[in-house]
Amino acid sequence: MSADAGPGAVPAAERAAMESFVPSPATVKPAGAPPRSQDIATETAGDITVDNPRMCARGVDVFYAEKQAIVDVSLDIGQNEVLAMIGPSGCGKSTFLRCLNRMNDIIDVCRVTGRIELDGEDIYDRNVDVVQLRARVGMVFQKPNPFPKSIYDNVAYGPRIHGLASGRAELDDIVQSSLERAGLWSEVKDRLGESGTSLSGGQQQRLCIARAIAVSPEVILMDEPCSALDPIATARIEELIDELRRNYTIAIVTHSMQQAARVSQRTAYFHLGKLIEVGETNQIFTNPRHNLTEDYITGRFG
Amino acid sequence: MSSTTEAARPSIHLSPSVTARLARRHRAERRFRRYGIVAIGLAIFFLAMLFISICSRGYTAFVQTFVQLEIVLDAEVLDLGAERDARTLGAANYQGAVKQSLRSLFPDVKKRRDRRKLNGMISTGAAYQVREMVLANPALVGTTVEVWVPADDDIDMLMKGHIDRDLPEDERRVDDDQLAWVDHLLQLGRIEKRFNTTFFTAGDSREPELAGIWGAVVGSFFALVVTLALSFPIGVAAALYLEEFAPKNRWTDLIEVNISNLAAVPSIVFGLLGLAVFLNFFGLPRSAPLVGGLILTLMTLPTIIIASRAALKSVPPSIREAALGMGASKMQMIFHHVLPLALPGMLTGTIIGMAQALGESAPLLMIGMVAFIVDIPGGPLEPATAMPVQIYLWADSPERAFVERTSAAIMVLLAFLIAMNSFAIWLRKRFERRW
Repeated sequence: MSADAGPGAVPAAERAAMESFVPSPATVKPAGAPPRSQDIATETAGDITVDNPRMCARGVDVFYAEKQAIVDVSLDIGQNEVLAMIGPSGCGKSTFLRCLNRMNDIIDVCRVTGRIELDGEDIYDRNVDVVQLRARVGMVFQKPNPFPKSIYDNVAYGPRIHGLASGRAELDDIVQSSLERAGLWSEVKDRLGESGTSLSGGQQQRLCIARAIAVSPEVILMDEPCSALDPIATARIEELIDELRRNYTIAIVTHSMQQAARVSQRTAYFHLGKLIEVGETNQIFTNPRHNLTEDYITGRFG
Repeated sequence: MSSTTEAARPSIHLSPSVTARLARRHRAERRFRRYGIVAIGLAIFFLAMLFISICSRGYTAFVQTFVQLEIVLDAEVLDLGAERDARTLGAANYQGAVKQSLRSLFPDVKKRRDRRKLNGMISTGAAYQVREMVLANPALVGTTVEVWVPADDDIDMLMKGHIDRDLPEDERRVDDDQLAWVDHLLQLGRIEKRFNTTFFTAGDSREPELAGIWGAVVGSFFALVVTLALSFPIGVAAALYLEEFAPKNRWTDLIEVNISNLAAVPSIVFGLLGLAVFLNFFGLPRSAPLVGGLILTLMTLPTIIIASRAALKSVPPSIREAALGMGASKMQMIFHHVLPLALPGMLTGTIIGMAQALGESAPLLMIGMVAFIVDIPGGPLEPATAMPVQIYLWADSPERAFVERTSAAIMVLLAFLIAMNSFAIWLRKRFERRW
């Protein structure tokens, strides 16, 4: 699969369609009235592929019972990049993110079709162990959700269940380095025994990030990690994301366009379950190709 | 249309109709509050009535009239030969010694009929009490001992004021002679009310002064141990499976409906079921706390399952997601995170279910736990009664002295129930978590 992943592998016709995509007059609506789903073409503007992909999604559809939440989304997430997903509420960006480590499996009525690969291996294959997948693709949630246990146990939980540490000393090292990388060590090193829920909101979210990186994942998914935090805590998390990029592949869903512009290298714009446009963050925010993207980032709706 | 006219117009919220409506709204609220206070007041009133009526009737059972006798343990009176082994000591005539000591207290009583009346003032338990003393210490034979022995229940009632001295003689259970003897004993200081330890240490008896609640407490204890040992693990396992693992389809819906139904089935039906299945089919012994426990398990299970499922549901989904997102398996998620958080709720439900089981009598009647059993049960397979059944049995007895014992037994049962429910509340408060 890695061979297909390069830009050259995209069928010429499809690429032509992408490049020649010109919004038809019918899709242009007055400000404040976003278009309906059936009016939007399923083709994605911009290049969905990257040179060194870590995860590749191709033709992903997601249904909640009868309702289709995601329509034919294809997208690559590159090595050591931060991919931001933006779009109005209900556009499917979180749903897509949760497909990447099969968190949607726990919703009974949810059905995923298409192909999602991690390092060339289909994660929805019957032989894939979802426990192992989630250890490799970690997740940070919208609301900080530390376990009601001590700070130490929160971080040590993952290594313990996966058997990553052979002794107490090694586990201590993992906990310390994870908390250091999450920028929380200096604040909590004297009170590792206190409950994780006693921390402030921003500290809790960094604890959740430390907990996620303690199991050494390859990809970290973040679902609006700063939406419950104040600007100062948000700035710390954003700095952290930038540092984590060196070691991990990160996909982040955010409602804040400024945040997407600050932390990401590539940005994907979703609208009503469709991936409208993908591109270099710089290009998306300065020179969007699709008029919907432009309407959204200029604040005409959303 | 100018801004001055706009400002001059009074707010619509100050108009008479709107203010009148506002006053009505406030009145409605005050009225609703009063209803609530009245409802709470009524509930407290009835509860207070219950407690006052039971306690005022029952507290006298915690004391018992005793008579001090000077008993001469003469070998001749005791009908003892030269042998002093346990068998001969056990079979000695202690009744005679007790009678003799009474006779020496009242030397004027000569007639056979009067002597019988005199002897009737002392409980038949007195002879057993002396026997126990001698068996424990055979050296007492040949000496004279001062012992406090229980008086007969009629004398006890007289001392407690439940028998009216002013009634004509033929209308009261204590006749004039006995009244005079009691007064004589009072003068001598040889009759007094003392704490009734028998009530807390003895099994049932036909004689009220010898009857105690302990046999029923032990029977209830064994039945509850069986109930707890079975219903907690089964209930929690069923709740875990239904809540966490079972697919949501019409079969699980059917099971859910039936569990709720089971909680509403009258308890006597469970008793009949136990009679048919445990006694007749499996041949388990009659009157045994084991069978009682099995039936109470059936009764408690729905309560525990429903409470446990509610506790599991109340664990926030964010904790489940956090665990699954770390790569925890479903089992690990449940046993490391969900179960510890749900356990206080489960325990609360279990304790409330246990309290229900403790107060249940109807199903136990069906399996023979209503029998008259004097011995303290030594295990869950020995015949026993339970506390509510004991209350039922005593309430059915004709003796006046059983009235107060019934109330006292209810007080003991209520004390257990209050203790269990308080423990449940404490547990909930102690382990309540906030997210």
